[in-house]
Amino acid sequence: MASKRKKYEAAQGIGFLSPAMIVIGIFVMSSIVFALYISFHKVNLFTGYYEFIGLDNYKRIFTDTKTRIAFINILSFVAVVVPVQTILALVMAAVLNANIKGKVGFRTIYFLPTLTSSAALTMIFMFLFSLNGPVNQIALDMNILRESINFLNNPRFALKVIMSMNIWSTVPFFMTVYLAGLQEVPKSIYEASDVDGANSFQKFMHITIPQLKPITTFVLLMGIIGTFQMFDQAYIFSNGSGGPENSTLTVALLIYRNAFGQNNTMGFATAMSIVLSIVVFVVSFIAQKLNKSESLY
Amino acid sequence: MNKKRKYIKWILYGMLIIYGLFTLFPFLWAVSASFKTYKEITGGGLNLIPKQPTIQAFNKLFMIDPNFLRWVINSFFICTIGTFINVFFNSMAGYALARLNFKGKHFVYYGVLISIMVPGQVLLIPNYLIVKSLGLLNSYNAIIIPAAVNATYIVMMRQFYINFPKDIEEAAAIDGLGRLGTFLRISMPLARPAIATQAVFIFLGFWNEFLKPKLYLSDPSKYTLTVGIQSMMSRYSGITQWDEVMAASLISLLPILVIYTVLNKYFMQGIRMDGEK
Repeated sequence: MASKRKKYEAAQGIGFLSPAMIVIGIFVMSSIVFALYISFHKVNLFTGYYEFIGLDNYKRIFTDTKTRIAFINILSFVAVVVPVQTILALVMAAVLNANIKGKVGFRTIYFLPTLTSSAALTMIFMFLFSLNGPVNQIALDMNILRESINFLNNPRFALKVIMSMNIWSTVPFFMTVYLAGLQEVPKSIYEASDVDGANSFQKFMHITIPQLKPITTFVLLMGIIGTFQMFDQAYIFSNGSGGPENSTLTVALLIYRNAFGQNNTMGFATAMSIVLSIVVFVVSFIAQKLNKSESLY
Repeated sequence: MNKKRKYIKWILYGMLIIYGLFTLFPFLWAVSASFKTYKEITGGGLNLIPKQPTIQAFNKLFMIDPNFLRWVINSFFICTIGTFINVFFNSMAGYALARLNFKGKHFVYYGVLISIMVPGQVLLIPNYLIVKSLGLLNSYNAIIIPAAVNATYIVMMRQFYINFPKDIEEAAAIDGLGRLGTFLRISMPLARPAIATQAVFIFLGFWNEFLKPKLYLSDPSKYTLTVGIQSMMSRYSGITQWDEVMAASLISLLPILVIYTVLNKYFMQGIRMDGEK
């Protein structure tokens, strides 16, 4: 009797889980295996022919010029965006957490960029930075510029426009994560430091930052994972080309172009996607370690 | 001391206001541009309030553009169906992992955890090939089916049901409700806050998704709003109609704004949940 009930419960469990298992099984688990398989092959999309070529796709990553450019672009992007967005989010969360009226109102406004799709955001920023757009106009009016800069078509500025947009749009999310973390910091620590005569800045440096360390790790990881895979903004900004002069060519964009272009480079693209994942994993691991070891002193 | 406190407070307010303006600035310009004539936009000038306010851009989008309304409807369709399916599948899986006992449960749970960590880039190409071989290219199913389940929210629902008292469900079972009946009539309604939280984020995810519709939908009348807006870029021989593009961008923001203001509470819950991982 008992075993019959057990079997019945097992059948129910499988029944409840099966939709999720089918989707995850096909589109995640078997896809990982499939990705590894593809990465060792030369794929002809039109004939559907897979030719085994061993590690050639991986080797090509280290010799391909465009790949090098894409990796340099994305590394500089991560190196700028992640620290800036983390620090800004932390500072703004601390400010917002101070005893201030209208918190909800401020938070609602700050959250706008997070809600907006990358497509709409990129369009708005492209308008702002266009030749006759507001940024150029303001800079001209204030005599910062002598003549309009074509931000969108100038390789020196294109990636920086995307960087600033990315920071601007991700800070509110991480700020909210930090705000939630701040609620957990015991008030007694601040009160004790009040007795010792600490000022606000000292409290921020010596209590808030160390207490929020686990949250900072989370924010750094999320930031690293998000920025390394940056695709939408680069694609929309350059209409898929990665231009001007490859300045907005990110690894994710290059993967897309190789996979779905005309050159039968799907295997190469897959290999690149696996290498990108490994890079993300390693950088995340290092960031996590660094953030932890700091707490030793 | 008191005076110093006040001083600090003013600095804090100053920072908040400056950051607020910094956030609003792009949106204000987008609103402004969508009510300006194309001539006024390209003519430069720094007036935020249009000289001759016009709804011409919106008119063009809805009356003249053959596809714009379709894109809005497509987006709504995909989001609604996608969210509905997700809520059911995620909740069922989470419920089973929390409440039902059977062999291999932990194995399944670790599988779910692993699938959260796999980067999307790796799955992109195999997923495309699978979708293609299933004959789903250029259909809404190509976007909905691979995203019919979200592992993060399976874990969230599991957590919810683990922490939730069993008594009411047991009472329902004694009253003769079967497992599915208990789940649909008792467990799902009781999980309303958790369901609202995941629904909000899943909807937002579908609404703002760009890469997959871009990849899978080739027929312009099938585009979602995000891909549609991108396709409006320089479509008239390299010239971008900024008034229309800005108006379209704002329209794409409206439903999200409505959901955000109505369900703000659940938004914040979702982020808090993420932050605790």
